[in-house]
Amino acid sequence: MGFIVLNAIIGMVTYVTLLERKFAARMQSRIGPYRVGPHGLLQPIADALKLMMKEDIVPRLADRAVYNLAPIVFLVPCMLIFATLPFAPGLGVADLNIGILFFLAVSAMEIVGLFMGGWGSNNKYALLSVMRAVNQIISYDLPFVFAAMVPVLLTGSLKLSDIAAAQPDFLHWFVFYPVIGQLAFIAYIVATLAAENRVPFDILEAESELIAGFRVEYSGMKFALIQLGEYAHVIATSFLGALLFLGAWGGPGPAWLGPLWFLLKAMAVFLLVTWIRWSFVRIRVDQILAVSWKLLLPATLILLMVTAVVVRLAEGRSGCLGSSA
Amino acid sequence: MVAVDAVIGYLHRCHEKLAETLTYTQYPSIASKTDYVAAMTSELAYVRAAEMIGKIDVPKRAQYLRVIAAELQRIASHCLWLGTWCLDMGGALGGGATVFLYCIREREDVLDLFESLTGRGSCTGLHQVGGVRYDIPADWAAKCRATVDKIDGRISEFEEMLESNAFFLARTQGVGTVSRELAQEVGISGPLVRGSGVSYDIRRAEPYSSYEDFDFKVPVETDGDCFARYRVRMVEFRESIKIVRQALDGLPAGPISSRPGVKSVGQVRIPKGEAYARVEGARGEVGCYLIADGSAKPYRMKWRGASFSNLSILPTSSRATRWPTWWPSWARWTPSSARSTASLCSPRSTFSSWASSCSTPSSAW
Repeated sequence: MGFIVLNAIIGMVTYVTLLERKFAARMQSRIGPYRVGPHGLLQPIADALKLMMKEDIVPRLADRAVYNLAPIVFLVPCMLIFATLPFAPGLGVADLNIGILFFLAVSAMEIVGLFMGGWGSNNKYALLSVMRAVNQIISYDLPFVFAAMVPVLLTGSLKLSDIAAAQPDFLHWFVFYPVIGQLAFIAYIVATLAAENRVPFDILEAESELIAGFRVEYSGMKFALIQLGEYAHVIATSFLGALLFLGAWGGPGPAWLGPLWFLLKAMAVFLLVTWIRWSFVRIRVDQILAVSWKLLLPATLILLMVTAVVVRLAEGRSGCLGSSA
Repeated sequence: MVAVDAVIGYLHRCHEKLAETLTYTQYPSIASKTDYVAAMTSELAYVRAAEMIGKIDVPKRAQYLRVIAAELQRIASHCLWLGTWCLDMGGALGGGATVFLYCIREREDVLDLFESLTGRGSCTGLHQVGGVRYDIPADWAAKCRATVDKIDGRISEFEEMLESNAFFLARTQGVGTVSRELAQEVGISGPLVRGSGVSYDIRRAEPYSSYEDFDFKVPVETDGDCFARYRVRMVEFRESIKIVRQALDGLPAGPISSRPGVKSVGQVRIPKGEAYARVEGARGEVGCYLIADGSAKPYRMKWRGASFSNLSILPTSSRATRWPTWWPSWARWTPSSARSTASLCSPRSTFSSWASSCSTPSSAW
C-alpha cells in the first residue's frame, strides 16, 4: 500500500505541476505548455527527463555531506505526511489514531532539510533564504496547527478518518459550520500559503532579492527532489484541507467514487491556493511576521477557544436532551 | 540601509558624439534608441530643437500625428513600468508576473500600431525635421481607437486588481516618500514630481506641438510615496487615451511635413544657432540641447534624460529604509536610459550595478 501511495504521489506531483502551469497560464492569458504531447500532456515527463540529464554541480566550498543529504531530508517528511491520509474508508497506509498530530509534526520537519540545504550550499543567498524560512515557518506553524485543530475539536478525535466521518454530507462539511468553520478555513488557507512558501509569502525564494533562495546551488536531480518535496507538501496540505473542511470523500454516487471526490476537492483547494499565488504581490519579511504574530496567531487562538466553548455548550445541550429522552 | 551611492550609466553609447557625426535626417531614428522604451519622445525632442534653431514650421497635421505618437508612447511606456514594477514586488512566480504579462499584452497592441505606422515597433524613426516621415495608413485611425478603448478598459482591471489588494497597499503606501521641497530642490520631473504635489507638466507649462488644443488633466498627488506616483501614472494612462482620441477626432488634413522629401541625407541644413527643446516624456522632462553651425550636422548636442536626473534623488530619499522596500520602489524609476551618461542602459544591468553598490547582502534583512 505504501509503495502504491508513494508512486501515486510522485505521479501526481508531476501532473500537478502541469495543472498549475496551465492554470497560471490561463490566468495570465497565455496557453501554457502545449508542444509536448496533446495539450502539453507529456510536458511533466519531458521536464523530469531533462532534470535527470542535467549535470550535477556541487559548489567547491559546499559542505558536501550536508549539501547532498539535504534534498533527501527535505523530501522524506514531505512524502511521509501522506502516510496518515486515508483516501477512502480503510484505504490508506496507516490511519493512526493521532493522524493529524503526526501530519502536522512531520510536515514541520521539512524545515530541517531546507536549512541543511541553505547551510550546506555555502551561498549567502541560500543562507539568507533559509534564515527567513525558519522565521516564517516558526511563525506560521502555530496558526496552521490552531486552524487545523478547529475540526478536531468539532469532531473530538485526532484520527483523520473520524474527522472525515463526522462530515457525512454536504451540509455537515466543517467549512459550512456557522462562522467558526469559515474563519478556520480562511486561516488554514493563509497558513497553508505561508507554510508552502508561496506568493505572497515567498520571501525565502524572493527572486528579485535572493535569486532562487535556498535551492540556488542545486541542479539536476537534487533540484528535482526539492521541487518534488515542495509540491508533495502542497498536495498533502490540499488533501488535508479537503479532509478537514470539505468532507473528504463524501459526494454523490457510489462509494467507490469516494477517492475521486477527495481528489477533486483537494485539487479545488490546490487551485484556490494557486489562484491566490498568481494574483498577489509579495509582502516584506517584517510584514509577514507581523501578519502572523499580530493577527493570525491571536485570531486562530481565540477561534480555537471559541470553538471549544461552542463544542462544550453543544455537548451539554445534547446531553440534557439525551437524559430527558 | 545606511546610505546609497547609485552608480548608474554603465551603457554609455556616445550618443552625443554620434549626433555630431550624423546629419539631421539620419539622427532622429538614432535618437529613438536613447530610450527604446519611449522612443517617440526623444525623437521629438531632437527634431524640435532643430526646428527651433531653423525656425521651421510644422504643419498642423504633423503636429497632431506627433501628439498621437507621443501619447501612445506614454501608454506603452507606462505599461512597461507597471508590469516590471509589479514584477519586482510580486515575483516572477506570483501575482507580479500576472500583472507583467497583462501589461506586456497591452503594450504589444500599441507597438503593433507603431509598426503599421512606421514599419518598426520600438525604435520608430517617425519624426523628421519639419514634420513626420509617415502619414497614417487608411484604417489606422479606427484600429488606434479600438486599441485605446481596449486599454482603457484594461486599466480599470489593473486598478481593481492592485488597489483592492491589501498586500499591494502595504508595499506601496508610505514607501519611498519624497517631500515636495525635496522634489523641487533636486529637480525631479514627470510623474515623480507630480506625485509629490507639484503640478508641473511641460505639455501644460510650455505647450508644444499643439498640446494647447487638447483638453487633458495634469494629475497631482500630494503624498509623495510610491502609491502616489502609481496613482499619477494610472491617471496619466487615461489622460493619454483622452488626448489620442481628441487628436484622432480633430486630425486636420494637409501635408505631413513642411519640407520637401529629402533626396540625400545631407540635404537638411540648419542655420547657425542653438536651442534647448524639452518635451514631457513618460518619465519626466526629456531635453535636447543643440548647437548648429549651418552645416548638415549639429556642432554639439546634449541630452537631458529624465531618469538620469530623477535618480539623483536616490541618496537623499533612501536612507533608513529596508532593502526589499526600497528595491521595487525605486528600481522602477528607470526602465530606460539615463541618457547623458547612460545612453542605452538596459534595466537589468542597471539593477545589478545598484545591487552591488547599494547594499551588502545582510541588509536584505
